[in-house]
This record gives sequence, C-alpha cells and structure tokens, in this order.
Amino acid sequence: MTMRVSFLAPRFGAIAVSAALVLASGCSTMTQVGGIVGQASGVMNADQAEALNKSAQAIEKTFQDITPEQEYYIGRAVAATVLVTYKPFDREQANAYLNLLGQTAAQFSIKPETFGGYHFLLLETDDVNAFAAPGGLILISRGMVRCCKSEDEMAAVLAHEISHVDHQHGLKAIRKGRLTSALTTLGAAAGSSLGGAQLAEVTKAFEGSISDVTSTMMNSGYSRTTEFEADKGAVVIMKKMGYNPAALVTMLERMQQQIKADSNGFGKTHPAPEVRIAEIKKTIGTEAPPESSPVRQERFQKAMGGV
Amino acid sequence: MKRQIKLWFSLGLIVIAVAALAASPVTMSVQVKSGQVRETPSFLGKVIEPINYGDRLEVLETQGDWSKVTTPGGQTGWVHSSALTKKKIAMKAGGQDAQTAASSDELALAGKGFNSDVEADFKAKNRNVDFTWVNKMEKIKVQPTSMQQFLKDGGIQPAEGGKR
Repeated sequence: MTMRVSFLAPRFGAIAVSAALVLASGCSTMTQVGGIVGQASGVMNADQAEALNKSAQAIEKTFQDITPEQEYYIGRAVAATVLVTYKPFDREQANAYLNLLGQTAAQFSIKPETFGGYHFLLLETDDVNAFAAPGGLILISRGMVRCCKSEDEMAAVLAHEISHVDHQHGLKAIRKGRLTSALTTLGAAAGSSLGGAQLAEVTKAFEGSISDVTSTMMNSGYSRTTEFEADKGAVVIMKKMGYNPAALVTMLERMQQQIKADSNGFGKTHPAPEVRIAEIKKTIGTEAPPESSPVRQERFQKAMGGV
Repeated sequence: MKRQIKLWFSLGLIVIAVAALAASPVTMSVQVKSGQVRETPSFLGKVIEPINYGDRLEVLETQGDWSKVTTPGGQTGWVHSSALTKKKIAMKAGGQDAQTAASSDELALAGKGFNSDVEADFKAKNRNVDFTWVNKMEKIKVQPTSMQQFLKDGGIQPAEGGKR
C-alpha cells in the first residue's frame, strides 16, 4: 500500500508542477534564465541559480504591477514631455478627423480598452514624426500627415502607432531598476498615502521612467524588431478594420522620398522605409494597391488637405 | 489502506473543486476609467450600460476577445476583455483591502504607485512640462455611433468586431 501512495504522490506533484508551468508559460523565458543558462554552463550552483531566478521573478512582477491606471499616468507625462519640444497643431477640424479615424482604428487593436482611452493630436512640425505614449496618447506631426495621400494611408500610420501601445513598447523602454526601487518604496508604504520622502522617491522613479520612454522615442528609437512588430500589428488592425494593408506600403514609399537620412524624425529613429516595406511584404504578400474611395478621399482632403 | 482511501478522497475533492471553478461564473473587475456593456460582442453593438473603474462583473462566457457579463445593474451584455482584470480593485487607500493590496497578486489598489499625487509632484518639479494639451486631447471622445457612421459612409466593412 505504501508503495502505491509513494508512487501516486510524486505523480500528482508532477501534474501540479506541469499545470503551473503551463499557466506560467507566457513569462517562463525570463524567469528561468538562471536555471537554464547558469547551471547548464556550470558557472553557478543550484542555490545561485535559484537566487537569480528569484530576482528575475521580482523584476517581472514589477512590470505586472504597472496597472492600466499607472500606464495612463506614465503616458500623460510622456505626451506632455514630447509637447515641450513639439508644439501642438491647433486646428480643430484636422484633429477631430484624426481622432475619428484613430479612435475607430483602435477598436480593432489587441487592447482597445485602455485606462483613459485613445486620443490623437497633431504636432506643429515639418519633421516626419509620430509618437505613441503608453496608454494611447498618440502624437502625429504635420510632416507625417504629408506622407499620406489618402485616408487609408493615414489609417496605416495610426495603426502602426496603436500597435506600439498594444505591445507596450514605450513601457518596455523603462530601465528595470527604476520600477524595482519604486516598488520597494510602495511596499513599505503598504497602501497608506505616501509621505513626503516616499512621494519624492516614487516621483524620482516616475521622472526616470518618463525620461527613459521619451529619450527612446525621440532620440535612440526602438529596435528594428520592435518596429517590425508594430508594422505587423498595423497590418492586422488594417485587415480587421477593413482597409487594405497595402496602404502601409504605399505610405512608406512616399516617406522614403520625403525623409532625408539625416533628418530629425523617422530618418533617425526608424529603420529605412525600404527595409520596413520588405518586411511587411513578407506578411501581406503582393496585395493589389488600395482601391480609392471617392467618399474617403473627399473627407481626407477636406480635413487634412491644408495640413 | 486507510491512507489510500484518504488520498483518493482528496483527489476526488480536487477534481470536484476544479470542475466547479470551471462551471461557475468568474467575477472580474473593470480596470479602465470608464467602459461600455454592449448588446452584441462587437464595438458596433448598441451600448446598454456604462461601467466604471473597479466595478465587479460576473463573466458568464467568453467569445473571442469578448466577455459576456452580468452588470451591477443586473443586465446581461458584452464587454471587450481588455477592459477586465481578475484582480479585485480596492478603490480607497487605508482599510483592510488597501493593506492587502500592497503585496497581493489578487488585489490591486486604485491610485497605487504612479498616480495623480505623483503627477502633481512631477509637475511641480518640471515647470516646463505643460499638461494643458494633454488634458485637451483627452477630452476628444468619439461616440460609438459616430464610428459606425464613419465606417459606413466610407464603405469600410470590418472583418472582425463588426456587426454580427
């Protein structure tokens, strides 16, 4: 009898473990890093690997702890910081159209419901540029609008930015240590409102986070892989919404002609349009160019023609 | 023998508990500032009730990205699952919930971490950063009926999320 029990018990344990692994599979690559890399190469013992895994889990947890509400506050400050460099373009009709198109497109994204919702604003600059602040505050330059000759192409630009929000690319630019330190302070405060010193500590982490996101968006740019991911997401949004995703390609072809390699905007922060086009074509194949719709063309021209 | 019976009994209990969990409705919380419950699982579906941050909803079933819920007002409708979290959201600082929320995976505290206090402190320390236009752009909200009209007028037929 005891034989049977001892046979069953570990087996049940194994089932529980594998069930836990299945549940955690979405984030298993990072948390198991110590176990896989270190132990296999023999540079650390099991205890050290365990310690490393624990800290990897702690870092992962800080990202889970960024609730949509906190993402919203990060996004507001990021957008406000971008607006220090680039002034808003205050033309009501153009901004209203941009929001009509953009907020509709966002409904077809992976996460249409963000804490504060999606909102769009034009920027007063000839630079070809666009910024997606976490949570869904999206800023589009006049120079970028001029790369678009149709509503479909404008939708492609907005879909690319929405996709950055969907994949939390902005948040991922935040250096991990900042959130860990903020979390320690918050843990100490245990739910009560923060005292002066604690608030200063969390604000410091907040400022650092905003600076990480804005400097990545405005200066260094995301990795090529990240941009390709946003393009891929844009294609999905376009398809779900009912636009021909080939509009992303025709927009990029025009952008290719408009940006100079040394320019301030996309020329500096994004892979060359031709590289992006090649990557997008792997997904959409050689779809026919977008059909023109007189209604769409008319409303696009009316709202964006003078931008 | 006694131990074996005990073991099978507890295994049985676990199976029953798992089955019960799978069958019973799950309660979830609204994790966005405001949202809508719709008649059909689509953004083009008619809005039947607004929902707010922290509201608890019973999820009856899911269909793709949509959850069928019973609202606090007792109505049944559909919410996009991205508006929901399994975590319970404690709305007030202080109190038992808030104490637990600081170190819990099941409970989130509204206003924890980066919040309006932190934003105010950030503004005070960065006087050059102006939130006026951020507030203005947040006020631009397109109504679902306008989105519907926009798609219709433009002859755009959504592949997903459209009328069902």
